[in-house]
Amino acid sequence: MTNILGIETSCDETSAAIVQNGRIVLSNIISSQIDIHKKFGGVVPEIAARIHLNVISQIVDQALTTASMNFNDINSIAVTCGPGLVGALLVGVSYAKTLAFVLNKPIIAVNHIAGHICANYLENDFEPPFICCVISGGHTNLIYVSDYDSFEILGRTRDDAIGEAYDKVARVLGLNYPGGPAIDNLAKLGDMHAIKFPQALPDGLDFSFSGIKSSVINFAHKNELTDELKKDIAASFQFSVAQIVLKKTFAACKLKSCKKIALAGGVASNSYLRKIFEIECQNQNCKLQIPKNIFCTDNAAMIAAAGYFCGQNAGLNLNAIPNLKLE
Amino acid sequence: MIYISLSEIDTKKIARIIAKNSERGNIFCLEGELGSGKTFFVKEFAYAIGIKDYVSSPTFSIINEYHGPINLYHFDAYRISSIDEMEYTNYEDYFYGDGICIIEWATIIKEIIPDFAKWIYFSKDLSRGENYRSIKIID
Repeated sequence: MTNILGIETSCDETSAAIVQNGRIVLSNIISSQIDIHKKFGGVVPEIAARIHLNVISQIVDQALTTASMNFNDINSIAVTCGPGLVGALLVGVSYAKTLAFVLNKPIIAVNHIAGHICANYLENDFEPPFICCVISGGHTNLIYVSDYDSFEILGRTRDDAIGEAYDKVARVLGLNYPGGPAIDNLAKLGDMHAIKFPQALPDGLDFSFSGIKSSVINFAHKNELTDELKKDIAASFQFSVAQIVLKKTFAACKLKSCKKIALAGGVASNSYLRKIFEIECQNQNCKLQIPKNIFCTDNAAMIAAAGYFCGQNAGLNLNAIPNLKLE
Repeated sequence: MIYISLSEIDTKKIARIIAKNSERGNIFCLEGELGSGKTFFVKEFAYAIGIKDYVSSPTFSIINEYHGPINLYHFDAYRISSIDEMEYTNYEDYFYGDGICIIEWATIIKEIIPDFAKWIYFSKDLSRGENYRSIKIID
């Protein structure tokens, strides 16, 4: 049995998790999900949720406690070393290296995107090969996962990431941050065919979301934004975006003669996307795998899983690599 | 200097003119509402200075780094809610380094922008068409 402690600090979330054999989640603690004020007492400025340094020790301790373990039960430490913000990454990397040195345990370097992909192995027996559509605030990639440690990027965004388009459209509609869930909820009340927004489909398997973003913004500025119209805009925007993702993903399946699809990343928790992927996969006789919502957002369980399946053994000279590539 | 763009091709030309007149150590601050073409401008600017990588939006990552004959550091302060968060980007190494920095939504982090930065303002005017942009550069 291999117990891996995963640590993730690449962006906004501080997270630690313990995962057995890359699939069984014993704990998965994420900073934004706990009430820091309540948990640790005292006055913590609001920004603390983003200041990894202030919370990382407590998060790691809580991951151990929840799993009913201590450091001796851990076989190795997996940490995100990129891509991400250098200062944020360095907190996790330095913490992992210190633990590895003190405990004399091996350290495994993990690519954050590989982490999102490996979220699909958590709590099930899903296996490669498959086409993985990684969709989040910062990433929009179509990846052919031919084996646990073999990734081929088939398509990527040429401008805005999908989650970014959601957030910016949400802002124009006056919805709260994060925009993804807000649009998802509002869209349920609207008519998805009310407005025809353009579905940009660049050549090959690349994505583009800048055009639809601008077109929604222009539409919103030219019309009086009643509550009814906002619902229709949200639904129509979401419909167009989903069509783009669907078309490109199935084109990737055709290219690779692959009948297995996985979604990953924060936007994979969008209820409409999940639904239309389920329907389309049934129609096309494909197997669909989507992580639980909690494993779609940035989290350390996926990093521990990636440490098990495709991490790189690293030494104490491991460094943060802000623009780390997957291939 | 004010440029008027009526199409993506116009914006491309304007980006190339500004790129041709730029040099190492320059910082360009881009301001303009959502969808006014800031990221598109950076894409063409990058192409003009010989960057071969894909240029995509740094809204989420806050900084994207591109290597070429002159390195380009593409920042986006859209998500920044406190200057402290900029510390995570190691921004001083970039602002005072030997590449070119382009910063979208720079007003949000105005207090750390060096005085020598040039500001470029993008404005839309829907009454003149969806593709109309005025691009004003202030040295």
